[in-house]
Amino acid sequence: MPTFTVRVFRGTAKGGDFQDYRVESDEGMVLLDVVHRVQATQANDLAVRWNCKAGKCGSCSAEVNGKPRLMCMTRMNLFQPDETITIAPIRTFPLIRDLVTDVSYNYEKAKQIPPLRLKPPEPDGTYRMMQDDIDRAQEFHKCIECFLCQTVCHVVRDHEENKKAFAGPRYFIKIAGLEMHPLDTLNRTPFYRDAAGVGLCNITKCCTEVCPEHIHITDNGIIPLKERMADEVDPIVWLLRKFRGGRKEPA
Amino acid sequence: MATTQYETHEHDVIIIGAGGAGLRAAVEAAAQGVSVGLICKSLLGKAHTVMAEGGIAAAMGNVYPEDNWRVHFRDTMRGGKMLNNWRMAQIHAQESPERVLELERWGALFDRTKDGRILQRDFGGHRYARLAHVGDRTGLEMIRTLQYHAIHQTIDVYMECTITRLLKDGERVCGAFGYWRNTGKFVVFKAKAIVLATGGMGKCWKFCTNSWEGTGDGVTLALDAGAELIDMECYQFHPTGMVWPVSVRGILVTEGVRGDGGTLKNSKGERFMFKYIPEFFKAETADTEAEADRWYEDKKNNRRTPDLLPRDEVARAINSEVKAGRGSPHGGVFLDIASRRPADYIRKRLPSMCHQFKELADVDITKEPMEVGPTAHYMNGGVRVDADTAGTAVPGLFAAGEVAGGLHGANRLGGNSLSDLVVFGRRAGLYAALYVKNLGGTVTVDAGQLEACAREALAPLERPGGENPYAIQTELQETMQALVGIIRTESELREAVVRIEQYKQRLQKVGVTGGREYNPGWHTALDLYALLTVSEAVARAALDRKESRGGHTRDDHPKPDPKLGAVNVVVRRRQGEMATALEAIPAMPADLKGLFEEKK
Ligand SMILES: Cc1cc2nc3c(=O)[nH]c(=O)nc-3n(C[C@H](O)[C@H](O)[C@H](O)COP(=O)(O)OP(=O)(O)OC[C@H]3O[C@@H](n4cnc5c(N)ncnc54)[C@H](O)[C@@H]3O)c2cc1C
Ligand code: SF4
Ligand code: SF4
Ligand code: FES
Repeated sequence: MPTFTVRVFRGTAKGGDFQDYRVESDEGMVLLDVVHRVQATQANDLAVRWNCKAGKCGSCSAEVNGKPRLMCMTRMNLFQPDETITIAPIRTFPLIRDLVTDVSYNYEKAKQIPPLRLKPPEPDGTYRMMQDDIDRAQEFHKCIECFLCQTVCHVVRDHEENKKAFAGPRYFIKIAGLEMHPLDTLNRTPFYRDAAGVGLCNITKCCTEVCPEHIHITDNGIIPLKERMADEVDPIVWLLRKFRGGRKEPA
Repeated sequence: MATTQYETHEHDVIIIGAGGAGLRAAVEAAAQGVSVGLICKSLLGKAHTVMAEGGIAAAMGNVYPEDNWRVHFRDTMRGGKMLNNWRMAQIHAQESPERVLELERWGALFDRTKDGRILQRDFGGHRYARLAHVGDRTGLEMIRTLQYHAIHQTIDVYMECTITRLLKDGERVCGAFGYWRNTGKFVVFKAKAIVLATGGMGKCWKFCTNSWEGTGDGVTLALDAGAELIDMECYQFHPTGMVWPVSVRGILVTEGVRGDGGTLKNSKGERFMFKYIPEFFKAETADTEAEADRWYEDKKNNRRTPDLLPRDEVARAINSEVKAGRGSPHGGVFLDIASRRPADYIRKRLPSMCHQFKELADVDITKEPMEVGPTAHYMNGGVRVDADTAGTAVPGLFAAGEVAGGLHGANRLGGNSLSDLVVFGRRAGLYAALYVKNLGGTVTVDAGQLEACAREALAPLERPGGENPYAIQTELQETMQALVGIIRTESELREAVVRIEQYKQRLQKVGVTGGREYNPGWHTALDLYALLTVSEAVARAALDRKESRGGHTRDDHPKPDPKLGAVNVVVRRRQGEMATALEAIPAMPADLKGLFEEKK
């Protein structure tokens, strides 16, 4: 059985440091298993969030050897035996303890987004939507809220001051999902231009690169929002877009 | 006043748990105009509900117009081996279509039929394709929809806050005591009504589909507050969990794989389920491979494939195949969809299964079969509630979702949980609000109770050098896996009760270091009390049901006993001790009984 050294950040907002643990890893283990093994045998109080251990809940985000990723989807065979693996908390949010950070920024941004405003139903009281019209929005609905894209985005990563008027990539696709929802009737352009700060994004695509759900955050979400922002001085264009729903724009 | 020592919040209704059931309850209570607090152990949106895959059952008839609530009701009762509370099963079947449409109005995007309606898929035990779904990530769609709907209502959300005790004022509940996971500081919620929506208890077993949250807290809170539990022995083992690598053993493989054409095979390549069709389901199950395969396309003229028998049947069959030496290399059986459906179809219908197997096991399920085996999954039983109001035996205490028992009887059909959450979550929120409106007045909490709660919670921190909480947890899980698993016998169950008693003694000596701030060691130590309580309830109830029925199989009583089929095993606390009793299940009215007499 290979033995690894994991170098885990231990500490709180008041201060802390990396600490090394030697751990054996069994066949097929993921990094989260290794962290749990440290917790069960060497450091009972090691703080880490997790829920599903299957890449579905987005709880176990950390920066592994500098790269933001889900610990439960990081197979140990990715590393060389005897390699030292550094695990740090995601950087953009205030530290609580060890690998746990205060992600309330995200929940506040979520709350600000104007919700779905439904159009009237069909005569039978229900709605019809074609699969083609919802494909795009369904892609955004895959988001597991791991906030990896939020932590990697340079607009807020080292710029606390930008947090006030910047919702971040996770919420840009949330907005895009509403905008492309075939039943929605609300115009959110002023919101995402001003309060959500889509303009601050300069399309570096770092968010798309780290997304464990492989959502095309920039190409399918942010860029269409930016385009809409540009032409939506014209209300006819806006209405046409709404009418077309989530159907892919012709090239 | 003692309450001034603790951070205190006051609401008309508090809801403990923010999965599908808790969120739906909160939305409904808020709509009634009462003040609502919603409390959860994890971050909002991370509850188990997020992991649900296959779909939500509702007889909408979008794919098969023949479907209606009566058929769904009948399937649910038969799947539950008739141990279900008939009234809950009826309400559930009648109301779930409207609850699904409501999710759509709140923004959910379910997969579509060709004419633009909600598509429905096949699942075990359901006569018609009935599960509304989004690929294999239905729970994610559901929790996000509810979460984003809820944050725009007047609901105060308290995240990463664990409730350890309910507070009582005489007979009725008056609040709850808990701690913030972040700081370890105590917090008191004063409330006139409480809805428990805490989910299940899978963490009692070594191999399970549940997260750390599934420690049976709600069941324990209810039991200690004076409520009753039913059907605890009928815990559901899902037939298809991953078996390899060991570190992912137990992770769920959705029944949707079989619903979409996948089939179970043993090491000889036989589709063995044809050998395990029980008498009870003979009339409606295909007995040749050809008929089973035709059924996917034409349900009117063919009978259902035995791969989609209810979960208890399939789990037992897999268990038998492995025991007979016809298992797969890592002790499961094969689940094959690769040879039966085109790769594109598999990728479109089961994206997260493709991802999960690729990433965690290096298996491409569009090319090779999966290895699967039973895994602890779902609490069929739970807190006994009134069918219409979701009220428990304790005034002011309601329960909904997985924590509540009755709807599923001895075995739940897949897809019937997500629908349960929204149907009974809504009712619990509604009736809790109405209860509060009728009650009036204010609530007082007793300082002595708060002091006791605080002392109990701090105890492990005052014993540094005490027993490692993780060690007890692991031993308990091994005991439950070995002695209270799928197949049970009297002597093993007795041994389990003895060992649980020993763990309870050891819990008194558990110690943790590292202080109160976000300390998982301390949290684990505190969760152990509930874990041990629910484990004991399962073992004791399993001793009393001397027959095999649904999720409960006794090697020493392999047949169902009609007399026991008419009773629930009820668990209560009496003077601190757990007591069990056999009590008659409510009798079904004649018009509903008639549904089971007609042919097929
Ligand atoms: C992998 C998987 C796949 C599934 N697939 C399906 C499916 O396809 N179809 C289907 O119908 N069902 C499915 N199920 C079952 C279904 O998902 C669950 O039964 C259901 O989601 C439970 O919902 P709930 O609202 O009752 O509780 P949960 O979603 O489990 O939520 C429980 C909540 O209670 C909180 N809580 C618990 N204890 C405390 C405490 N002490 N203090 C404060 N808060 C507390 C938790 O933090 C959480 O917010 C699946 C289950 C799993 C695990
Ligand atoms: S593309 Fe935009 S949102 Fe994404 S990381 Fe770059 S700047 Fe941030
Ligand atoms: S968009 Fe992707 S990276 Fe961002 S929160 Fe969602 S799943 Fe995570
Ligand atoms: S634990 Fe759920 S994504 Fe890692």
